[in-house]
Amino acid sequence: MSSTRSGRDRRRPGLVWLFPLPALALSGFLFLYPVLQSFRYALTDWDGYSASYRDIGPANLVRLATGDDLFHHAAANTFRLTAAVVLVQTALALLLALLLVRTTPMSVLLRALFFLPAVLSSVSVAFVWRFVYEPGGGLLDTALRAVGLGGVQPLYLGDPGHAVYWLALTQVWFHAGQMTVVFVAGLQAIPREYHEAAALDGAGRLARFRHVTWPLLAPAAAIVAAYTTVQSFKAFDLVLGLGGNPPGPGLDLLSTRIYTTFSDDRFGYAAAESLVFMAFVLLLTWVQRRALGGGQP
Amino acid sequence: MTSRALRAACLAAAAAAVVLPLLVVGFGALKTLPQLFAHPLAPPLHPTLDNYRRAVGEGGLGPAFAHSLAVTGGAVLLTLALAVPAAFFCARVPGRASWAVFAVLVAGLAVPAQAAVVPQYVLFDRLGLTDSLTGLVLADTVATLPTAVFLLGGFLRGVPGELYEAAALDGAGPVRSLVSVALPLSRPALATTAVFLCVMDWNDLLYPLLFVRTPGARTLPLALLDFQGEFLTDYPVLFAGVAVSSLPVVAAYVLLQRHFVAGLTAGAVRG
Repeated sequence: MSSTRSGRDRRRPGLVWLFPLPALALSGFLFLYPVLQSFRYALTDWDGYSASYRDIGPANLVRLATGDDLFHHAAANTFRLTAAVVLVQTALALLLALLLVRTTPMSVLLRALFFLPAVLSSVSVAFVWRFVYEPGGGLLDTALRAVGLGGVQPLYLGDPGHAVYWLALTQVWFHAGQMTVVFVAGLQAIPREYHEAAALDGAGRLARFRHVTWPLLAPAAAIVAAYTTVQSFKAFDLVLGLGGNPPGPGLDLLSTRIYTTFSDDRFGYAAAESLVFMAFVLLLTWVQRRALGGGQP
Repeated sequence: MTSRALRAACLAAAAAAVVLPLLVVGFGALKTLPQLFAHPLAPPLHPTLDNYRRAVGEGGLGPAFAHSLAVTGGAVLLTLALAVPAAFFCARVPGRASWAVFAVLVAGLAVPAQAAVVPQYVLFDRLGLTDSLTGLVLADTVATLPTAVFLLGGFLRGVPGELYEAAALDGAGPVRSLVSVALPLSRPALATTAVFLCVMDWNDLLYPLLFVRTPGARTLPLALLDFQGEFLTDYPVLFAGVAVSSLPVVAAYVLLQRHFVAGLTAGAVRG
């Protein structure tokens, strides 16, 4: 039996051409085809259930660009969130990595601890942080009182102008440890001799960081910044858990705006929004490749 | 302050920032609401299992847990079953056609899932796959396939061609080279990919939120999200829900830490 099978296998090296077909068929039918259809739906006023709809040309896109404050607001929030997370998370992850680069039992344990939040679901993290931000009896207010800053009383997510930065803080808690691991790997790839040579030349700790560590760490930093950008730009579940479904205007992001439009049965308009969203993601990825990459793959 | 002490202080602060919120959840799930607000960080003096009872009973976490297990298991197996042969093809067959197949399969990495949700919903609805666990398995599979092909393809390209040539001399065709050369060598890459897929599928909220209307196919993240409406600010019940849905992942993380870090990091930075 097995000899027949292997015989047939040997006689038909062309069989290998069948290997990618199931994957191609499924992702073509259930992903690529729908992406292409988004372009079609975006030009209609379809509500999602009526049998007929009208072609309205680029009217949806025109309205998105010129007359939709909710969408503009969500876009501004998304960019603010992304900028805040990229800056804070990258800096924090780098600091933690520098402190934890040497492999001692303690630093291995701490790396594992800092990574832990990344395995939780976004909804879980959101619920934990709702209590952290609970005005009055929540964890942060309790902590502020404990250090004598009880009078500060931030409004947290209830402050429409700044809610998105509190969301950024939660996102940093969620993923900084994961990015720390990437930086640690980058730091450990720098040969020890470089540091020793620089130290022999009389370079201080700061000078060694600037002239040895930082230039050699650039690839890792590029990876961290690129990943963090796209990840924060696409944040979705975390917002629904923290800001409610649908979230209030202070926490509305492009991803949640698309979902809200979709839930309101405005399929054509939601498709147009999702195209703009996709264009932003592709643009960000491209700009980053150019800015950070140079020789990066 | 010496730099040693400064380092210790930074690390202690960061550790506290991670541990304290989780401690509040673990303790809080065993307290009443007034006890939680009175002393958020104190261990529960009179622990109660009432919150867990309500989270599982009223919150419907029992069936949701079973659905999440089924969807995650199904999606991880299906994704690997599709990705392994596809990645093997891309790694073994030279030329433009194979490059094009790879490009099509990993194209999803650049396109956010939200770009396709409207037509995807319509398609799944017409196929009768909304409100169904099969539909969720398919949606998760399609969403994670690009990363899986990317990770496995990267690994399989590194397998030296001599090994396949030796197998071919022994009479192995493509099926046997895949099963008896590529697969045994890829065990670490498969484990890394599988862990990444498990975490993604277990925690996915987007597709259940889009497709599921009835409790018949509600997964854990969706059931937990519904707690917002049901229990509003009844934090001890929310915390019990968080504990129930996170426990399997956290337990697996503690046991298989190395694979988790490798898998999530590779999935994140794509190799």
